[in-house]
Amino acid sequence: MSLSRQQELAQLFRGFLAHESVIDAPTSLVAYECDGLSAYRQTPLLVVLPETIEQVQQIVQLCNERGVPIVSRGAGTSLSGGAMPHKDGIVLCLAKMNRILRLDALSRTVVVEPGVRNLAVSEAANPFGLYYAPDPSSQIACSIGGNVAENAGGVHCLKYGLTLHNVLGVKLVTVNGELLDIDQQSMQSQGFDLLALVIGSEGMLGVVVEVTLKLLPIPECARVVMGVFNSVENAGDSVTGIIVEGIIPAGVEMMDNLAIRAAEAFVHAGYPVEAEAILICELDGTEEEAESQIARVETVMKTAGATETRLARDEAERLLIWSGRKAAFPAVGRLSPDYYCIDGTIPRKALATVLREIRRLSEQYELRIANVFHAGDGNLHPLILYDANNPGELEKTEELGSKILRFCIEQGGTITGEHGVGVEKLGEMCVQFSDQERNQFHAIRQAFDPKCIFNPGKAIPTMARCAEHNAMHVHEGKLPFPELERF
Amino acid sequence: MQQSIADNNLEAELAASVAQAVANGTALQIVGGGSKSFYGNPVEAEALEVGGHSGIIDYDPAELVITLRAGCKLDQVEALLSENNQMLGFEPLHLGDNATIGGAIASGLAGPRRAYAGGVRDFLLGVKLLSGRGEILNFGGRVIKNVAGFDVSRLMVGAQGTLGIILEASLRVIPCFETELTLGFEHSSAAAHIQWINELGSKPLPLSASCWYQGRSYIRLSGSQQGVDSAVAKLEGTAETDIWKQLREQKHDFFTAYDKILRLSLPQTREDLFSAEPQLIEWGGAQRWLSGGLELTQLRQKAEGLDGTVCAYRGVDPETGFFHPLNDSILALHRALKSSFDPVGIFNPGRLYSEL
Repeated sequence: MSLSRQQELAQLFRGFLAHESVIDAPTSLVAYECDGLSAYRQTPLLVVLPETIEQVQQIVQLCNERGVPIVSRGAGTSLSGGAMPHKDGIVLCLAKMNRILRLDALSRTVVVEPGVRNLAVSEAANPFGLYYAPDPSSQIACSIGGNVAENAGGVHCLKYGLTLHNVLGVKLVTVNGELLDIDQQSMQSQGFDLLALVIGSEGMLGVVVEVTLKLLPIPECARVVMGVFNSVENAGDSVTGIIVEGIIPAGVEMMDNLAIRAAEAFVHAGYPVEAEAILICELDGTEEEAESQIARVETVMKTAGATETRLARDEAERLLIWSGRKAAFPAVGRLSPDYYCIDGTIPRKALATVLREIRRLSEQYELRIANVFHAGDGNLHPLILYDANNPGELEKTEELGSKILRFCIEQGGTITGEHGVGVEKLGEMCVQFSDQERNQFHAIRQAFDPKCIFNPGKAIPTMARCAEHNAMHVHEGKLPFPELERF
Repeated sequence: MQQSIADNNLEAELAASVAQAVANGTALQIVGGGSKSFYGNPVEAEALEVGGHSGIIDYDPAELVITLRAGCKLDQVEALLSENNQMLGFEPLHLGDNATIGGAIASGLAGPRRAYAGGVRDFLLGVKLLSGRGEILNFGGRVIKNVAGFDVSRLMVGAQGTLGIILEASLRVIPCFETELTLGFEHSSAAAHIQWINELGSKPLPLSASCWYQGRSYIRLSGSQQGVDSAVAKLEGTAETDIWKQLREQKHDFFTAYDKILRLSLPQTREDLFSAEPQLIEWGGAQRWLSGGLELTQLRQKAEGLDGTVCAYRGVDPETGFFHPLNDSILALHRALKSSFDPVGIFNPGRLYSEL
């Protein structure tokens, strides 16, 4: 059935798309079978690459009429499997819609197509003294459309916000193929705040085909100080101390010993490899402002027990200090054949408790964990090191990850700060939300997409799935019918 | 002395009232402090008082987050934050002593800082909601970064209670600024002001508010002493008294001089088509208050040409509704969303639009 369906659809799409914009050859489809979370794979029926809004409208209309699932995809850098294909559906890849349409320096806005890379926006804005604030670590590759779908963050969220705070409008193709203009450039939403609802909706409410972004003036000056600590608790106390001082740093990042050693071996940033934790704190503003704040931050760090503080004396040193943090994921990747990134967020005060629990779980599961996190906003990225070639190790890793996330929920936090739920955290969604809450999510989705053709099976688990998940959880590690595959 | 915030949990009573209303199909008018009752279409329904549901659930200044019951009085919340050298980032409009935090969220009315720091939605992190199914639901959370599930909490901002009763909210708070000051500049026309204020916006200056009225531009600078000092040195303005609280509370001359007031919302750099009318401009040009002989329907047509909308704010016959009408597709989505939260249609019928 599948083959003829595939050919029938391919023919329909080729009625209005260029031949090469409809991918049906098995060897080419393989390239789309996963996103940044490569442990989850699925070959789609077809991949289509539209170049215009009208083409997107036609594709969606056609799929809706025939009940064909649509998985929208930008650059495919999602870390939660949000862009993993559906076996009976198409991947709607927006990579060819990658033009910056209008940049208006006076209103500090830029209108882009969804396939534009995050970093390309700041590069285009730079000649005007402007930039786009959200900077997920994948910013060289990730697309704005994907950023909107996931409400992407980055290292500067505490001061400059998430994608949500920096998007002024979107054009959305609805399931009927209609084009909606959801605009908040006037800063006053008309009726319900549909923009907030669409941002972070993981491609389940429509296809974003145009985005208006807010640009900010580039700060006059940015200074960085690194604090060295012999305990993660002291590093955590420093972060609290900085906030209590009334300072909102542009970024505050923490790394633990394993992450420090990995980063140092990889990029030679001059990190102290014996330290239990380092804190990298960036302050920006005018020269005088940054100077005075950085001195206050240094004092706070010392008071909280920093054994040393290092001030970047120039731009080269600032970039060097950052280089280790920015390369932390690939650096940790060198320690082990595979690693698994967790994205829990907790109230900052729970930091020490959560880190202790992570250490305990790491020992219990005999898997090493490197901790890198956005300390300012409590967003943790424990990286679990494992080897997928060892039978059962991926499953063990996922179970460990799930325990960390459950602990984050218990501490008043959330299972995902910026990576999204995707396919990865469906089980934990059953823990964080009640049946009624999840029902409300489903009801919202159906208000937009009654047949649920947009990204089915992602982000919001079904009742049946949660019933199964919660039943399994009762038996703690002893799964009923262990021989069955579970997705 | 500041009154302490009453700890008064009415959740069970409110849930029971809603359950009964759902069972009987009785429409409810949600009433908090009543300070913003003018803001929207009148609702003809049984009043449900929610303002007594008050109390702080959690506030640890080091977390920059406060979780509180929606009936908490705005002035008391602001006093509590101020004791800890913190504040609400969106500078909410009170418009009366009884203004509540729930009303600030439901109305979505943010003050002069809106254009520079963000609106109510930008600071809201989570809500506990009493839905039109009589269910108590939690969305969002108490942490700054959270992308689990759809962003239902922010959908409550400006929804005026039509989707449910906000029982509790978690809000991000910000530290108070070290210093603030106001500068004035001559700009004879609105057009000159709009050009100038947007050019300023492209520079790394600690701007936190702007206003133009009767040929004069006003800006507020907020930040560290050094940051504000260096900005003052770059700008050649004259020192002015603080007009911002007056402006926020709509006690500024413009609001007292005219009975009829329309609010034009549009992208900030759009041209000024109303130079003949009395006008006060805020938010870098995105919020323009108008009075004079303008006719609502005609004004709405003109506004649409500027990608703008018009609210029949005060003293205007709202022939085509208090808020600017939505187009058919967006209205259909609103209806579908409304019924997903409130299937029987008991909450504030007609408040936003007659069709909801």
